[in-house]
Amino acid sequence: MRAAGDPVSAYLQNPEKATEQQIHLIEIKYHLNEPVYVQYWYWLRAVLQGDMGESRTSGLPVTDTIMKKFPATFELALIATVVAVAAGIATGTRSAVKANSAFDQSTRLTSLVAVSIPVFWLGLILAMIFYRGLKWLPYPGRIGVTSDLHVVTGFFVVDSILSGNVGTFLDVIKHLIMPSITLAFASTAIIVRMMRSSMLEVLGAEYVRTARAKGLPESVVIKKHARRNALIPTVTVVGLSFGGLLGGAVLTETVFSWPGLGQWSAQAATNLDTAGIMGFVLLTAVIYVLSNLIVDLAYAYLDPRVRLG
Amino acid sequence: MTSKLNIRKKGNGPQQARTVGGPPQAAKGKIAKGDFLSDIKLALKPRIREWKFDLHLMSKSLTSIMGMVLLVGLIIVAAFPFVFMPHNGRGDPFVIPIDLDKRDPLPPGTPGYPLGSGVDGKSILYGMIWGARISMVFAIEVVLAGVAIGTVLGLISGYKGGILDELIMRFTDIFLSIPSLILVMAIAAVLGRDLNSTKIALIAVWWSGYTRLVRGQVLSIRENTYIDAARASGSGELKIMFRHILPNSLAPVVVSGTMDMGTVVLVMAGLSYLGLGAPHGYAEWGVMIYDGQARFVYGDWWMILFPGIAILIFVLAFNLMGDGLRDVLDPKMRR
Repeated sequence: MRAAGDPVSAYLQNPEKATEQQIHLIEIKYHLNEPVYVQYWYWLRAVLQGDMGESRTSGLPVTDTIMKKFPATFELALIATVVAVAAGIATGTRSAVKANSAFDQSTRLTSLVAVSIPVFWLGLILAMIFYRGLKWLPYPGRIGVTSDLHVVTGFFVVDSILSGNVGTFLDVIKHLIMPSITLAFASTAIIVRMMRSSMLEVLGAEYVRTARAKGLPESVVIKKHARRNALIPTVTVVGLSFGGLLGGAVLTETVFSWPGLGQWSAQAATNLDTAGIMGFVLLTAVIYVLSNLIVDLAYAYLDPRVRLG
Repeated sequence: MTSKLNIRKKGNGPQQARTVGGPPQAAKGKIAKGDFLSDIKLALKPRIREWKFDLHLMSKSLTSIMGMVLLVGLIIVAAFPFVFMPHNGRGDPFVIPIDLDKRDPLPPGTPGYPLGSGVDGKSILYGMIWGARISMVFAIEVVLAGVAIGTVLGLISGYKGGILDELIMRFTDIFLSIPSLILVMAIAAVLGRDLNSTKIALIAVWWSGYTRLVRGQVLSIRENTYIDAARASGSGELKIMFRHILPNSLAPVVVSGTMDMGTVVLVMAGLSYLGLGAPHGYAEWGVMIYDGQARFVYGDWWMILFPGIAILIFVLAFNLMGDGLRDVLDPKMRR
């Protein structure tokens, strides 16, 4: 009898009927009897040659699974970040400029509520309203069953433009709306907060006073001088949140049956698909390091006072 | 401030300056009976005064008041669920009682089901009320355990420094660098798919945040002069750590812990929705939403809406409280 999480059963077609000899052969082949650090070395060596093992959840090698599912998650994370940034920066700026006004108070309350809402529930409520109720938007998935799309890049927006079919393009966009709003919700709240506090700091600075003393119209002062400087710490937050979204929009993808990395990783974790879990953790670590690097570089580019190295 | 330290007590010997809370020395080496109780009262007085001031500051903000009201309401519902929704005494009260006569979900307003019912007559209101208790207990256990482990480790790491500090921080970094949701799911999947395993999995992931927080605080408090003074007056290391450094480093932990109560419930509901955590038919908000999604095609909206509102209220209460506490404990805003 083998317990749950037993690595041997991953390689067996029929774990109950396995003979002792079969189990033994598998243990030898996959080095399962050796100490952990030896097994890790085998895995690491394979990874450096491009082989991350086979994912039980998807039935494909891990590298293939990631290549197949990455575009879906990337598209969703990108659109969600664009939405969050657009809404967040505009709202945060206005909130800081009109500090303590009715707009500001209601924005702060809404932000607090926005981070208190469970993501999967929000997605379901949106689906209920816009799919079942108003019937404006489709659910679930990335594209309708009736639409025909010749997949080239894996990024459906790009592919539908390439195919030239307006109907397909609109269908893809419509499928993107609800999941990206759901995903963007929490990020928007964080960006609003960050933008508001950094904007408040900047508005008290002396160069803003100088700009006003020069007689510049208030809108120019805000847009050209204050906001640019307030954007710098916000860029950090945006970069990190994009990396985080890439790493796993697990709940959103599950709600909308979005065939991306988040859904796959959730299934891998629940099924104890070791190769899948390790591959996903490695991927997330790489994405995290990369996004931190990009954010650091952007920081150095935006703020001339910061020097690299 | 010395006047506050010179405490005159009846029955005691000559007026002596001492730190609040230390043992009185009526005669050489002898501790008088009955002084212990009045001693505690003396120690508590300035602290109670500060807590009253905290409450006063919090009542100035509308959002904090809302948070406190919601929180008190939640605590009452969580502590006395049987008052609001009595259980018939058979079996586990956290399993929503079923009525096999009512196979299909009923909409809100049907007699006996004010918020509607799920499949097999499971009352949504029942699930919401008893779910409050499950969520509250779960969150308290996770946060307290995480705070306990994290604070002790952070304290040791920050105070001792050196190799021990490096070891502890690297160990903590391991837990911080793995995506927490995946780690929790993996641990919960190994331990078995029930609420207890999820609790252990969450604690295993949560403590690392507090370690880093406390260590940062300890590093800055350690440099204060009163720590040197305590050392000079002969206090042992353990006493310095727990008597001087720990109480002063707790402020961000309190704020973080309060807001984490809400986050824990969000994560727990998410996990239950994914299939880990509470089993089907349990009075737990995440699982109720999952069951509700199965009926999505039939348009039974109440199964999804109400448990989600419960989660929202719970998390919002703790977020508001945490926000208010953060403003209150910020030294720039006090007096």
